[in-house]
Amino acid sequence: MALTLKKVKGSLDRMFDKNMQDLVRGIRNHKESESRYIAGCVEEIKSELKQDNAAIKANAVNKLIYLQMLGYDISWAAFNIIEVMSSPKFTFKRIGYFAASQSFHSETDVLMLTTNMIRKDLGSQTMYDTGVALSGLSCFITPDLARDLVNDILALMSSTRPYIRKRAVLISYKIFLAYPDALRPAFPRLKEKLEDPDQGVQSAAVNVICELARKNPKNYLSLAPIFFKLMTTSTNNWVLIKIIKLFGALTPLEPRLGKKLIEPLTNLIHSTSAMSLLYECINTVIQGMTDHSSSIQLCVQKLRILIEDADQNLKYLGLLAMSRILKSHPKAVQSHKDLILQCLDDKDESIRLRALDLLFGMVSKKNLMEIVKKLMVHVNKAEGSQYRDELLTKIIEICSQQNYQYITNFEWYVTVLVELTRTEGATRHGSLISSQILDVAIRVKTIRPFAAKQMAVLLENSHVIASQLQRNGMQEVLYAAAYVCGEFAQFIESPSSLLNAMLSHRVVSLPAHIQAIYIQNSMKLFASAVTQAEEDEDHEKVEELLKLVMGKLPAFVQSGDLEVQERASCILSMMKYASKAQGKGSKVAGDFNDLFKGELNPVAPKAQKKVPVPEGLDLDAWINDPPSSSEDDVPTTFNYKLKDNVDDFYSTKKEKMKELSPEERKKMREQRIQEQASNPNYLSSSKMANGYQEPGDDTGDLPPVTDIDISIPLHVPGMTSSDKYLRQEQDRRRRRQEERKKRRDEKERKKDKKGRKGRKKGRQVVEESPDEDIEPVHAVDIVQEEMPEGAVQTDSEDDTKKEDIYKALDIDLESPLTAQDKLPTPTHRVAKESPQKGDEEPEEKKKKRKKKEKKKKEKKTRHHHHHEKHEHPQESLLLVDEGEEPTVAASNGDDVTTPVTSQDKVNGHQDAPKEKDKEDLDFWLSPGSGTTGATAAVNGDGDAPSPKQDTPEESPAKQHRHKKKKKHEKSSKHKKHRKEREKSPEKAETGKEKTEERPSTPPLPAMTRFVDLGENEHIGIKYETRVISMQEKQIMVALVFQNNVDKQLKSIEFNVLDTLNTRLIRAPGSTSHDPVKIPFILLPSSGNEAQLLFSVVSLNMPQRLRGTVTYILKDEEGSSQHKLDFKLYLPCSAYLLTAPCNSERFTHLLSSGEVSEKSSIRVNAPDLKFSHALQKICFYLKFSVVERVDDSASLYAATIQQHHVCLLIKAVPNGISVDGKSTDSSLLSNILDEVKEIFK
Amino acid sequence: MIKAILVFNNHGKPRLAKFFQHYSEDEQQQIVRETFHLVSRRDDNVCSFLEGGTLIGGSDYRLIYRHYATLYFVFCVDSSESELGILDLIQVFVETLDRCFENVCELDLIFHVDKVHFILSEIVMGGMVLETNMNEIVSRYMEQDKLEKSEAGLSAAPAKAAAAIKNIDLPTLPKDLKIPNIELPKLPSFR
Repeated sequence: MALTLKKVKGSLDRMFDKNMQDLVRGIRNHKESESRYIAGCVEEIKSELKQDNAAIKANAVNKLIYLQMLGYDISWAAFNIIEVMSSPKFTFKRIGYFAASQSFHSETDVLMLTTNMIRKDLGSQTMYDTGVALSGLSCFITPDLARDLVNDILALMSSTRPYIRKRAVLISYKIFLAYPDALRPAFPRLKEKLEDPDQGVQSAAVNVICELARKNPKNYLSLAPIFFKLMTTSTNNWVLIKIIKLFGALTPLEPRLGKKLIEPLTNLIHSTSAMSLLYECINTVIQGMTDHSSSIQLCVQKLRILIEDADQNLKYLGLLAMSRILKSHPKAVQSHKDLILQCLDDKDESIRLRALDLLFGMVSKKNLMEIVKKLMVHVNKAEGSQYRDELLTKIIEICSQQNYQYITNFEWYVTVLVELTRTEGATRHGSLISSQILDVAIRVKTIRPFAAKQMAVLLENSHVIASQLQRNGMQEVLYAAAYVCGEFAQFIESPSSLLNAMLSHRVVSLPAHIQAIYIQNSMKLFASAVTQAEEDEDHEKVEELLKLVMGKLPAFVQSGDLEVQERASCILSMMKYASKAQGKGSKVAGDFNDLFKGELNPVAPKAQKKVPVPEGLDLDAWINDPPSSSEDDVPTTFNYKLKDNVDDFYSTKKEKMKELSPEERKKMREQRIQEQASNPNYLSSSKMANGYQEPGDDTGDLPPVTDIDISIPLHVPGMTSSDKYLRQEQDRRRRRQEERKKRRDEKERKKDKKGRKGRKKGRQVVEESPDEDIEPVHAVDIVQEEMPEGAVQTDSEDDTKKEDIYKALDIDLESPLTAQDKLPTPTHRVAKESPQKGDEEPEEKKKKRKKKEKKKKEKKTRHHHHHEKHEHPQESLLLVDEGEEPTVAASNGDDVTTPVTSQDKVNGHQDAPKEKDKEDLDFWLSPGSGTTGATAAVNGDGDAPSPKQDTPEESPAKQHRHKKKKKHEKSSKHKKHRKEREKSPEKAETGKEKTEERPSTPPLPAMTRFVDLGENEHIGIKYETRVISMQEKQIMVALVFQNNVDKQLKSIEFNVLDTLNTRLIRAPGSTSHDPVKIPFILLPSSGNEAQLLFSVVSLNMPQRLRGTVTYILKDEEGSSQHKLDFKLYLPCSAYLLTAPCNSERFTHLLSSGEVSEKSSIRVNAPDLKFSHALQKICFYLKFSVVERVDDSASLYAATIQQHHVCLLIKAVPNGISVDGKSTDSSLLSNILDEVKEIFK
Repeated sequence: MIKAILVFNNHGKPRLAKFFQHYSEDEQQQIVRETFHLVSRRDDNVCSFLEGGTLIGGSDYRLIYRHYATLYFVFCVDSSESELGILDLIQVFVETLDRCFENVCELDLIFHVDKVHFILSEIVMGGMVLETNMNEIVSRYMEQDKLEKSEAGLSAAPAKAAAAIKNIDLPTLPKDLKIPNIELPKLPSFR
């Protein structure tokens, strides 16, 4: 009662605290001073978080989440959030996890503290606690959390409650992403969930596998039969859509699958009323079944209906799917060109852009001109500059795609480009058009005369269209025009008039980089003009030209731009020199022409990258000794400055302007205005307007020019119109068609005389044919881009490193699970992969794993063979389930003494199901079974050919043959292996394999590393030490508690007396005397495993820790507390990990002097077999065999702190001798002591 | 995968933001702003799909949204999700809100954003669709609600009283914010 009163009092106290609604209301009431109000609230929240009352804290955190949504950083409250998460009440726990899911991420450091708490919540009796924890965890999972919790989550996957199951299944995907090593061992269970009785769980499993398969489809091909069955039986559209999407990813890899799917999918397309399903079916057919033209035809028809639909969403998706068909069946789409062109007029921009994309792929030589014409019309009437820009780029992309593949008439294209420069409205694409003009003119030799003439027209008339160009940002085109005219000056008809135009005073108003190119190219023009004149012996003309240039250039010498100034003065002095020479009567043309000798060829954009590195040159090597890091700071800053200056120097003014942000510009403007105001010499325009205005001064200020809207397009003489070419082209085609028709008619007339049979057919064929055989108007030879000598041609040069996290999940799931594929915790052998150094990159890891798997596979085949001798082949059917056993056992964690040999045996068997699986898939996909499977499934009885039963099929003979062949292959493989082995029985190989393989050695009895810790009448405890990958200062002790009585044991608590060197890691906040609670109850006669972490400082001495386990024994009469004292012995080998080491590295290690400490012992054990000794040392002390030659072997292991330990073991009479080398002498001697201990 | 779920009103004020990938608070605000900018300039009778572009994840991602009265519901998803499916999911979400809040309006989302999150967590988990059956979602949510109430028990009474007092103090809730019931446009049949 008192407690209740206290509670009520507590809540009365906080009754007037703000809750979230109050906060929201407050923010709404303080619209003007929002940030001040919120700052006040944050202070309030901070003080609330300091209080002990959980309710107040939860309330405060709840308010924080709201503030987080408004953009306030709440990471400072991370620890408080964890406090709220750990509250026993669901209400607060939910708030805590919600806050964590909103604000935690992989870099949140307090997440390390949450592992045990989350584990407890996952195991909670309340379903919703677990649910809330899973939802939260899915948002903030880290590799560490994933590794530590994967077992708990796998256990939840078999929870009795679907609510938990489906969450556990879904979160497994996040686990795999964070911790890829979990995928292989967990996959069998995930696969099981595909056939879960609950639809939600099934859907979740499909969801996860689809996500996995989307990134690495080939690993999931073998699941096709299961998914096929699901597809034909499921009624849940979500599941169906996911599966159909998955098939879309699988079919490109396995064409037979497409054949199998086509029928059910077509049925679905015909029958379903759900648009989403229909759409996905179409998508999958498009992706994987491209050779079924009838189905594609059906899809296109359906898509047309979608596009014609009034619903904009369907229209959009229809266009999207169309563009996918386009890649494989362009013809099928081209027939709907009308519809797509219509979509260009749609009011919805998304749809217009989609339609544009489609047009991009639809062009052919035949329709290019027509399509571009339509697009040009749209360019002119488009609203909004963004869409217009998009259109412009699309036009250029369409025309230039695949090296101008579709352009038959480059004159037309140049005209189009010129027309584009005259587009109304601003656009950003002046430089794009400019580069196109340059590209075409340089690479298409035949077009040069035409292009030069057109550009000359453009330049000469630039003053007419200049204002327009300026407004449109199209001045860039003049850059290209000037270059083309200069470079191909020989094609210009009247160089002198062009020269006049290019050096006119109007040019000064153009941007500097264009002025510069004008000057440079006027020089080229001049050279060509002078040559012409001297050939004609027209000295007056030469003089005239010289005078012209020398008269105009001084204007440019005064330019403010360095580049322009320099070029102008340079050319001017050359002119002066030339004029002198001219006065003396000598010819100058030759000298000028020498300046511009040689032809410029286009260089491929990747040419630089492809220059081969000369032999003997190491680009990564230092030229000078690298500077020491301490000196680094000063020079770098200096370098940066220098670099900035360089950039400034070379960059043109325009670029510099761009870099200024609007604020900066504004500031500068204000500054300038101020300066001007205080400058008496400056006449501002406003002063003029207000005060006295000089009469007749109106030449200075131009009257405002109003744009005259001219409805008739501006026509500049000399400029051609692209329409002209279209008409020409049409005429040409018509003429050709007529000719052809005439010819055909003649032929037919002749034929008619023979007989009327072939007539109709002939006509049809001819009418379809004139499609692609359009000859270009003039011979087009595109100059290939230059590549450096010795460049290697590669197809794909874009190395995308983007999806690395998904690459880590590219794991072969079919190969049987091996001892290495273990979940990190509750097994009694340390995973071999644990010795990963912290700095290893995932890429390397992957490679390593692959290699290992490969090795594994080899091993397995041998094993398989090994067992087959005494096995009936059909036995493999019975063993299918056993294949999954290791994981199940492993994750339950109570399988304490699985002997090594038996596990290996299981591994050996697994090969059978694997190959079986492959065979099944082949059979399932084979055309014979295809029809039966499909029809059976479509009929709805759901009995798609299940892997293990022989369905009656139409072609038994075929299948038989198929199987026979397989078997034959198999047996021949085995023979080969046997032969190999017979041939080289003594060949040194990785020792473990070797020892296991030797048929001569009788197997050892089961070995276990579990050691008794203590036992009384109630409870028995065994323990094993394990290393944790990438942890240098921690080891894990796995404790197996066994209940020896038929009563419940609960509240088990474990405590040790910490030493300076070794400490038990306890829950955050507890002292070094607090015991650790073991998170489970021991049911009568059951066992369970708990894992505790210990921190270690140095590891060269064994440690002995005294400790106690207390527990409560509960039965009908009541409960009583008991305790059990123990000594926990942590030998040095506890810190060893099995590190792979090849013999080269091993010899290098020994010779490098790194392992300086030596020690050796001799073990007397008369009837010890050498191979057994080796096996025992490897197993108990976690060494791996580097090399074995007859009766001696070298072994290697590393500690978690990277000490090396090398052993050389030799068989001597009556025992073995062990020589050790290590980096630490006491470590070595302790380990040798342990070796002795083993053979006692 | 769903990368983000955003709800904001016609003025771009965020009403719910759920990201399934970490972004800093500033980036989150930026994304909300830009998404609002993209979505709000579109007419109501254009299609519901938008290429998100550089905003959130690149070309594989697209924005799928629906506009109800004063609120935009925007989902950012990658190509493994069906476009029409997500549209339908938005509908499920909104209908669920409607049932849990009894005629949902923007005010409910303003004052009970936590509850909206709890409902959402029954539908989507870690970026993957968890449940689409509305009855299941509602009943699970209600059960948790009950659990919360039972935990509050005696101590909840004074808090309730306090809330009542506070509500009396305040002027009545602004009426103009109340929006008409969300009307549910006809969708292509999906379930």
